[in-house]
Amino acid sequence: MNVNPTPHTNGAILQVEHLKKYFPVRRGLFQQVTGYVKAVDDLTFDLYEGETLGLVGESGCGKTTTGRAILQLEAPTAGSVKLRGRELVGLDQRALQPLRTEMQIIFQNPYSSLNPRMTIGRILTEPMLVHGIVATRKEAEERALELLERVGLSPYFVNRFPAEFSGGQRQRVGIARALSLNPYLIICDEPISSLDVSIQAQIVNLLRKLQRDLSLTYLFISHDLSMVRYISTRTAVMYLGKIVELGESTTVVSHPLHPYTQALWSAAPIADPAIEETRERIILKGDVPSPVNPPVGCNFNTRCPKVMKICHEVDPEFRELEPGHWAACHLY
Amino acid sequence: MAPLLQVQDLTVRFHTKDGVVQAVTGVSYTMEQGDILGLVGESGSGKSVSSMAMLRLIPEPPGRIEGGRVLFEGRDLLQIPRRQMHTVRGHEIGVIFQDPMTSLNPVMPIGRQISEALEVNLGMDRRAAEQETIQVLERVGIPQAAQRIGDYPHQFSGGMRQRVMIAMAISCRPKLLIADEPTTALDVTIQAQIVDLVKRLQEELGMAVIWITHDLGVIARLAKRVNVMYAGTLVETAPIKTLFSNPAHPYTLGLLGSLPSLDTTAEQDLAYIEGAPPDMINLPPGCPFWPRCGFRTRICTEQIPELFDAGDRHQSACWHIDAVQAADAPSVREREANA
Repeated sequence: MNVNPTPHTNGAILQVEHLKKYFPVRRGLFQQVTGYVKAVDDLTFDLYEGETLGLVGESGCGKTTTGRAILQLEAPTAGSVKLRGRELVGLDQRALQPLRTEMQIIFQNPYSSLNPRMTIGRILTEPMLVHGIVATRKEAEERALELLERVGLSPYFVNRFPAEFSGGQRQRVGIARALSLNPYLIICDEPISSLDVSIQAQIVNLLRKLQRDLSLTYLFISHDLSMVRYISTRTAVMYLGKIVELGESTTVVSHPLHPYTQALWSAAPIADPAIEETRERIILKGDVPSPVNPPVGCNFNTRCPKVMKICHEVDPEFRELEPGHWAACHLY
Repeated sequence: MAPLLQVQDLTVRFHTKDGVVQAVTGVSYTMEQGDILGLVGESGSGKSVSSMAMLRLIPEPPGRIEGGRVLFEGRDLLQIPRRQMHTVRGHEIGVIFQDPMTSLNPVMPIGRQISEALEVNLGMDRRAAEQETIQVLERVGIPQAAQRIGDYPHQFSGGMRQRVMIAMAISCRPKLLIADEPTTALDVTIQAQIVDLVKRLQEELGMAVIWITHDLGVIARLAKRVNVMYAGTLVETAPIKTLFSNPAHPYTLGLLGSLPSLDTTAEQDLAYIEGAPPDMINLPPGCPFWPRCGFRTRICTEQIPELFDAGDRHQSACWHIDAVQAADAPSVREREANA
């Protein structure tokens, strides 16, 4: 099977092919491997220069592991990840180090992802010094001040510690740190979900502005489909380690093909009682099955309202059903 | 007939080593039988504390209910003896918490956790209580309830545990159900199941519901009426549709603008609220929202606004209701762009 949802090959700065990440499940006295959690199970997609690709799904669907496997923070079990044509899978830490300046990550939790004993200035200058992208400490410090300004923080904060900041301010520091090495690809792993509603919009606007100003490419991981629809050029929907649908964000939401996307969107609350009153709701039965023993055939068959006989037997192929709109479902 | 619940001037403080946290200040509202009230606010807005204070579930010290009355069917819950309060909590007001794993007893079968309450509160014998437990678990959608009453909480998924919590809360047929962010820890598809379940139970049992959340989307789906809280005070109260179509407080307006709607296009930035919520120990003088408000004038920095009428059954604690109601979200965006 050689499937690649790529309408055109040029412009792809990241090519992910058949990416897999399995975690062994160990049991007993001798810690024998009794099975595998298939956290990421055969993902193939491209990321184009300057776009935002939204990766949406519920907890445990493998979206965070996907981000980490792309950055080689988790060694993939199989598959290929190419950054501007260079294979990342299998590289050792030393070979990866120079590539770290090209791809960075913003973490979900701004409380646990900043070292509480480092000043903001040190958090921002250390990566620059380690990677040698500045000649002197003084240059790093000047650049740290610029970064603070760029993310909307006062330069006076440079000598303060993370504990002195609110969640939204810390997330700005996390963004500044990601920018410190001048990357062109940033993986945003649920960057707003731990923030208060009134702060979320500030951070989303900041990310959009930085993207315009610095020509960044984002992989935006989130569980919030309405935010992903808004911020992303294209959206990929994940379920139990697989991408079930991928397409232009507006199309995926207005005209979803996969029954899971349809249910996910209908379950996403919309802050408008007039819409909520008339909206048709697909309530999925039951829970997400365990990724240790995913169902045979289509892995959504235990909850799918449109399940057919074939869904219990054959894993549906991920196919381009309309131009640029891919889905893995036997209905089509 | 007296309303089901009248909260009058409720004030709660936490006395910490850093100072006095002004968690809830002068909150007043009324609920009728069968109402569904959404209580919306961000973390630290006092939405949970005000509700837990009604049940006298605030840890004392450091917390202290410093004033106000909570009239439940005419009785002041803040004054009745402790014994009577037990009956109220077990029998007349049910509570569901955010995290079912920490609110269920991990070493007791779930059936026993429910039937024990039935025996204590309703005086049922053990066998009748067990029968009733199976029925109530079926009602909340636990499959094979009769077989599962011997299972422990860890044997259920997050969504199923929350159903068990709901079963426990409604088992004694309360007149009021307080749901404190019951779906925040759950995935959206499971959240939709729980919201629909509570909505159905509310219709079948006719109880009133207070649904505490930070999620305006959930409120839009469920509530008939909304109270918006900010920095420990009630800043706006309105029927659900009015709140969304014609908000009268700048905070509500800002919150609504900060959510991408179905027609927000990729070219538009989101409207947003400047700054961050205030330090609850050192609240600004005057209206607590003025440091973040695009409508502020001098009076806002000096005098705390009370709840003024803003329309039919609609009140807002703002000195500039007319200007807020005349504005729509885009004009706020322009105002902030120009500021």
